[in-house]
Amino acid sequence: MSELVPEPRPKPAVPMKPVSINPNLLGYIGIDTIIEQMRKKTMKTGFDFNIMVVGQSGLGKSTLVNTLFKSQVSRKASSWNREEKIPKTVEIKAIGHVIEEGGVKMKLTVIDTPGFGDQINNENCWEPIEKYINEQYEKFLKEEVNIARKKRIPDTRVHCCLYFISPTGHSLRPLDLEFMKHLSKVVNIIPVIAKADTMTLEEKSEFKQRVRKELEVNGIEFYPQKEFDEDLEDKTENDKIRQESMPFAVVGSDKEYQVNGKRVLGRKTPWGIIEVENLNHCEFALLRDFVIRTHLQDLKEVTHNIHYETYRAKRLNDNGGLPPVSVDTEESHDSNP
Amino acid sequence: MLGYVGIEAVLDQLKIKAMKMGFEFNIMVVGQSGLGKSTMVNTLFKSKMCKSTMPGLGVPTPQTLQLQSVTHVIEESGVKLKLTVTDTPGFGDQINNNKCWDPILGYISEQYEKYLQEEILITRQRHIPDTRVHCCVYFVPPTGHCSLRPLDIEFLQRLCRTVNVVPVIARADSLTIEEREAFRHRIQENLKTHGIEVYPQKCFDEDINDKILNSKIRERIPFAVVGADREHIVNGRCVLGRKTKWGIIEVENMAHCEFPLLRDLLIRSHLQDLKDITHNVHYENYRIFRLNESHVLPRGPGWVNLAPAPASIPAPAGPQASPRPPKVCWWAKDNSDEEC
Repeated sequence: MSELVPEPRPKPAVPMKPVSINPNLLGYIGIDTIIEQMRKKTMKTGFDFNIMVVGQSGLGKSTLVNTLFKSQVSRKASSWNREEKIPKTVEIKAIGHVIEEGGVKMKLTVIDTPGFGDQINNENCWEPIEKYINEQYEKFLKEEVNIARKKRIPDTRVHCCLYFISPTGHSLRPLDLEFMKHLSKVVNIIPVIAKADTMTLEEKSEFKQRVRKELEVNGIEFYPQKEFDEDLEDKTENDKIRQESMPFAVVGSDKEYQVNGKRVLGRKTPWGIIEVENLNHCEFALLRDFVIRTHLQDLKEVTHNIHYETYRAKRLNDNGGLPPVSVDTEESHDSNP
Repeated sequence: MLGYVGIEAVLDQLKIKAMKMGFEFNIMVVGQSGLGKSTMVNTLFKSKMCKSTMPGLGVPTPQTLQLQSVTHVIEESGVKLKLTVTDTPGFGDQINNNKCWDPILGYISEQYEKYLQEEILITRQRHIPDTRVHCCVYFVPPTGHCSLRPLDIEFLQRLCRTVNVVPVIARADSLTIEEREAFRHRIQENLKTHGIEVYPQKCFDEDINDKILNSKIRERIPFAVVGADREHIVNGRCVLGRKTKWGIIEVENMAHCEFPLLRDLLIRSHLQDLKDITHNVHYENYRIFRLNESHVLPRGPGWVNLAPAPASIPAPAGPQASPRPPKVCWWAKDNSDEEC
């Protein structure tokens, strides 16, 4: 990526400061019901979530996604003899599912990237990925500038990219650094340490510290990015996650075993059963809570308000202020600005 | 599914974010002087939002229609609502009221324009301030016997195409219950004859539940309302009402007037829907209209050139071209015919 003169970063939202709060309320108005109204609408329309997994073959990406969403959303990959050959170039495979829980419908799309980092020469193997991400932004932008546009523009933009770090125990590899350097500017990256059951507790914490340091030294801003903390509350919550928990050391599994009378997801070894959802064993539960239960909406908002807006501003600027026309001259537009 | 994932937690996440950002709601009240508009707004939001304009001695009624907006932030149970009330004193008060709706239509279009300008900037704000009118409450004088006056019909016809309109029968305490019902029926017939679609519009009912709920509401529109911002003691309770020699008219008593229906519609059940329809339908219609004629627009700094010439407007050659959603299509056609 060439140096960009100040990228137009959209101004952050300022939560509303009361102009004047009227103290003499004569009774209950019912404004708080709007939360309920919002809830009903969301449950009716459902929402989209697109997650991308990147990492070398055999790091347990598909298994982890299956574990996250408790269903076979990714290609079943737990058979040891995978028939598929490693592709010659990085392929992008997107699979969509609809998951319903508690009346809420989520249209989940998992984007897999087989072939990443598997070649002999892995130079620029992140380019197809970056291109794919930008293509989704482009699709959305085209819809948005249409004259007669859809009521709900289908959202295929990548909200979250899980990057799988190989549990070598030493340090990040050059490929990891290059990928994250390039992609952290266009998408939310959440680094995870894969197959964490190959490390002991001490090795794990040492590795995590080293990874964190390296990311900092290289100026890689992974999600949750410091500059997007809106207020003190966010900052303290996210600081804790950034400085202590991330990158999450995870183990994935889609097999169940009986442990102490309960059925748990885990991996059975001669020396014990590794329980995936046990915080003492691995940090999968933290990752799951982080991505789904507390920060899902925020992931989408940062993608929409920041990454997408940055892309849009650049596109409109490049185009001389014109909105993109629906002609496929996209090849002439570099996704490498 | 092998277990609980936790997707519904997203509803809580949305709630937290919404409570941080707060909500905006813009309501406009239109009607002749003395119909109790300001009092009604005070009653709806239970606070002294507008000064009830009592005609002072020697204060002339405004010669032209002036729009006045007042903004307050109301907080209840942690939910912050930035409420803007736009009053229209002088509407219909002149001798010759021809085109008195133009300033109002102009104001509404201005808000759409403001939003559109923000939306097409290259570097745009994260949260575009929403000043668009979400709901226009139209006050019909309680004449009781005749049908809607020509002024009402002209105004409603034009307005229903650009904004959500909720007509109400003002000062309904001057009518008996039978008179109210008769008046209501006559108004409903008038609206149907002239093709005026008031909120909630039939064509936007999304599913059978909406249809049932909204049909019930449509039967009672226009609501016969009474407003009051004074409290009185009735049967040991403190109620808002109007005290007369023959009794106290309780505003929140369904047997006395239909104010609770109006309040529930505007605030407790359809507030979000009012905003959604304004954004998805009325604003989109305006935007389509503007983008189609954009070659005459002036340019400012940070402007996105919308469409240099009709030939290069991105005519969606794909499947979008033919089946344009009917909601948008229908009104957009009307708009292009008429000088708005």
